[in-house]
Amino acid sequence: MKNKLTQYFGFLLLWISIIPTLFFLGTIIYFICIKGISIISWEFLTEAPRRGMTEGGVAPAIVGTLYLTMGAILFSLPLGLACAIYLCEYSPKGYVVNIIRMSINNLAGVPSVVFGLFGLAVFVKFLGFGVSILSGSLTLGIMVLPQIISASQEALIAVPQSYREASLALGANHWQTIKKIVLPSALPGILTGVILSIGRAAGETAPILFTAATFYTRGYPDSIFSEVMALPYHIYALMTEGTHPEKQTAIAYGCALILMLVVLLMSALAIFLRQRQRSFYGK
Amino acid sequence: MESNIEIKAEEINFYYGTKQALKNINLEIYEKQVTALIGPSGCGKSTFIRLLNRMNDLIPHTRVEGKVYFEGQNIFEENVDVVSLRRRVGMVFQKPNPFPKTIFENVSYGLEVNGIRDKKFIEEKIIESLNRAALWKEVKDRLHDSALGLSGGQQQRLCIARCLAVEPHVILFDEPCASLDPISTRSIEELILDLKKYYTIVIVTHNMQQAARISDFTAFLYLGALIEFGLTEKIFTVPKQKMTEEYLTGKFG
Repeated sequence: MKNKLTQYFGFLLLWISIIPTLFFLGTIIYFICIKGISIISWEFLTEAPRRGMTEGGVAPAIVGTLYLTMGAILFSLPLGLACAIYLCEYSPKGYVVNIIRMSINNLAGVPSVVFGLFGLAVFVKFLGFGVSILSGSLTLGIMVLPQIISASQEALIAVPQSYREASLALGANHWQTIKKIVLPSALPGILTGVILSIGRAAGETAPILFTAATFYTRGYPDSIFSEVMALPYHIYALMTEGTHPEKQTAIAYGCALILMLVVLLMSALAIFLRQRQRSFYGK
Repeated sequence: MESNIEIKAEEINFYYGTKQALKNINLEIYEKQVTALIGPSGCGKSTFIRLLNRMNDLIPHTRVEGKVYFEGQNIFEENVDVVSLRRRVGMVFQKPNPFPKTIFENVSYGLEVNGIRDKKFIEEKIIESLNRAALWKEVKDRLHDSALGLSGGQQQRLCIARCLAVEPHVILFDEPCASLDPISTRSIEELILDLKKYYTIVIVTHNMQQAARISDFTAFLYLGALIEFGLTEKIFTVPKQKMTEEYLTGKFG
């Protein structure tokens, strides 16, 4: 009887902690939708801003965010995956690997504005890429790199050793085993890392503040060396600058809603790939 | 019984770190015969069989001394191509471990990694291998379904087919029935007896009756040492060593 009571209170406690989490998530989505939905129109999605940001659309910012996010993933996925493969499949276990692991974890703890300053110093100034999509993508890419590495590492470790043994026992070499057996099995886990990274790369303002983003461009970027508008920075600018707070606030909420949808859309693609992989090989 | 020696192990010692798992093992494995390795858990029988295709290379901090001759060469020598050794000495594991791919891809994998691209040849080889593994009739209509949908026994026969496709000379079975039900076990045993016509077979088993049913030679290992080796009928009827007799009659193990 006493045991049952303890269990009952335990569950109650868990539920009490879950409810606020759901509540906050729900209210965020609710408020962004309520405040943002009214401004969204075809024009808002397809046109550039007009009249000092108080009218028109935010299309260049949407495009900019898409470019920056895709650029970041294109840069960080191959690099992070290669790093994870080395750590899991090739490196001899020992203290060197532990130091590498520790460095990666520390990289994950670096504040995003520090990445922004780093990007400014290295990509914008030293390498001379200027304030551009390239500099911004690289900076965001480095920021999400630890996330991609840890997710990939966990996914690789979770691949049963018996798959590797079976492959090697058939006369496959180490690289064939990784490429044809280990990586396909680890793909869902790797994609989970990509999904999380998409959300982070698309949403961060600080890393692109000095490296890629600008408040206003007339049209769309024409090369990777163009500076771009980006949704998170646009929201920041609308809320802190300008002379028409009411109009700008409405647009900012519209941008926030669009940003959430953009992240959702890009993640949906990764989730789709992941599901397809899982449903076939199903566990 | 006239037969050539296929594999010859000489003075094998094996260490996991500082712990010695095999002690001075000398053993001959005869061509197109079934050799069973028996003994209680931890006696080193799995460790020994995994030496024969150098699978223990994958385990860090291990060390081997001694020689294993296969096709006239000591497989532990530096110039030995491990990849081609493993092609000629195939292995079937304790737990069925098909790849999370289709049935077709599971069998074609070994061919593809060995550089075979000829689609027609691959298809023929798959049919032949599945037939030899007594699985063709059950899977011929669903070659492109996931292998993970098969039953445990079917999965193990698929693993055998996958191994046959690369045309090994020797097949190592590491407790292939340990996780299977009696009916599946029986079908695997019948299959092994059939495969004996074409391949040299080494099987590790913790099941003495299984060794008696399917093997021609039996090696009894205990605590890393080879206690007795000989014709299965002799070992099971008139063992030379007292310890073998005690193990076989269930006094310990």
